[in-house]
Amino acid sequence: MTDLNQLTIAEARDLLRKRAVTAVDLTMACMTAMDAADGLNAFVHKTPEIALEQARAADARLASGAAPAMCGIPLGIKDLFCTKGVPSQAASRILNGFRPEYESTVTQKLFDAGAVMLGKLNMDEFAMGSSNETSCYGNAVNPWRRGNDTTPLTPGGSSGGSAAAVAADLCLGATGTDTGGSIRQPAAFTGIVGIKPTYGRVSRWGIVAFASSLDQAGPMTKTVRDAAIMLGAMAGEDAKDSTSAAIAVPDFEAALTGDIRGKKIGIPREYRMDGMPAEIEKLWADGAAMLKDAGAQIVDISLPHTKYALPAYYVIAPAEASSNLARYDGVRYGHRAKLAQGDGITEMYEKTRAEGFGPEVQRRVMIGTYVLSAGFYDAYYNRARKVRALIKRDFELAFAAGIDAILTPATPSSAFGLGEMADADPVQMYLNDVFTVTVNLAGLPGVAVPAGLDAKGLPLGLQLIGRPWEEGDLLNHAHVLERAAGFVSKPGKWW
Amino acid sequence: MSIDIETARRVAKLARIRVEEAALPELARGLSGILGFMEQLNEVDVTGIEPMTSVTPMRLKRRADVVTDGDIQAQILKNAPDAREGFFAVPKVVE
Repeated sequence: MTDLNQLTIAEARDLLRKRAVTAVDLTMACMTAMDAADGLNAFVHKTPEIALEQARAADARLASGAAPAMCGIPLGIKDLFCTKGVPSQAASRILNGFRPEYESTVTQKLFDAGAVMLGKLNMDEFAMGSSNETSCYGNAVNPWRRGNDTTPLTPGGSSGGSAAAVAADLCLGATGTDTGGSIRQPAAFTGIVGIKPTYGRVSRWGIVAFASSLDQAGPMTKTVRDAAIMLGAMAGEDAKDSTSAAIAVPDFEAALTGDIRGKKIGIPREYRMDGMPAEIEKLWADGAAMLKDAGAQIVDISLPHTKYALPAYYVIAPAEASSNLARYDGVRYGHRAKLAQGDGITEMYEKTRAEGFGPEVQRRVMIGTYVLSAGFYDAYYNRARKVRALIKRDFELAFAAGIDAILTPATPSSAFGLGEMADADPVQMYLNDVFTVTVNLAGLPGVAVPAGLDAKGLPLGLQLIGRPWEEGDLLNHAHVLERAAGFVSKPGKWW
Repeated sequence: MSIDIETARRVAKLARIRVEEAALPELARGLSGILGFMEQLNEVDVTGIEPMTSVTPMRLKRRADVVTDGDIQAQILKNAPDAREGFFAVPKVVE
């Protein structure tokens, strides 16, 4: 039998319900794996007491009969989620010492369903980054390596700790958040599944805000089925988040019929970028062939404003961030700078924010401040919002023409080395999100599915984009792709 | 559009982030690079297009105008760097 921490959520659920394993044993196996994996720097605050208490409660519930699918499943929680009494600092020095007095809606729903929290996971500071290198906790490390080369690689970002922890079997699943690709890019870099749901599907209450018109939380798991199970427990209308939609949550797992005959899959020509590595191009073509073999129809489509998605995103996201991050002022929570004699409240704000925010966060807050400032608001912010409307319309026209799902690469490359982008222009790092960011701008669901290995032995992912509120149908397409690709590789354990 | 040192100083001030004088040229260069990337948006014809305000078509919900919590002063002050006598404490604001 495999070690318990290597189980999928679906396998563990079935064993737990049969009482073939206990939630306590499963949790202990994950904690042992977690404690042996400090070299990955994925878990940054461990919560073993909470985990064991939740596991014992889950066992009692399982023993009494009907228990939800997530009952007794050990998870990692991204540090962006507020968890009551447990450090929740969005990987930022400015929230040093912050222990929320409340629970985020997503973690509360998972706990209500019986899930077990092993601890909090590393990430880019305030979810701003694509490599987990902006974290105040230091880099999270990808469990995958380039063959025998020991160069540490990025797990991607911003949900880098979540991706590393799931790929290394430290937990059965993890929460992530995705503003421009922060679930899907790290999932692709680590050979796991990650879905960003439709905007409004999952409540954002209690999740530290980055860009409120783009942020969505979603599951990061080992399989598509697990993503369907976990998303079902996270999703749903919430009175505390006025943008959460009053739309019933279907049984996503039941949608995994494996039948996509007659479905129309769009291949957007604008995603074929200049200088795209041949391996990515081949992976994409192979993915289309797999869906065709399963009975789907492959259709070339055009999303003409794709090229403008990244610049529009890098106006809108920093603008919203500059507003959301105004709350970190050293008054109500977190870090306050030591003040000099005679310093007033303005010095307190300025020193606190200079000490508390890292360079990338400072850069984005200042870009956002600039594009929102008098005289530039129309030229940058309003223009970006108009371009965003056009990007969304591109997708609406494709879906109106009968397209069921859109297939693209998830990332322009496999995982790169930590530090390799240190001297690059910030814009070079932003290019990591080139295939994922359109989905956030349009508010659509998107899922990354591991589809193969590159010549260096690193995982590569494909992305499927679905119609709004059709996560079930989208996951069914992903399920077919996952089965056809037959990706079963795991990173060799070195940590 | 390139950002000069004076503009960089003003943006830092508006953002309430202290930037040392010596760091301003580097900041101005960094911001200029990113703004240059955004210039591509000027290629798009946006005539007659309304700025997107809502991601999914929805009317913002309203809740009943009733008190839903309260009497949690201790919880609210729990994480304050400096709380005194039931208040958040800050440096002197008025001379």
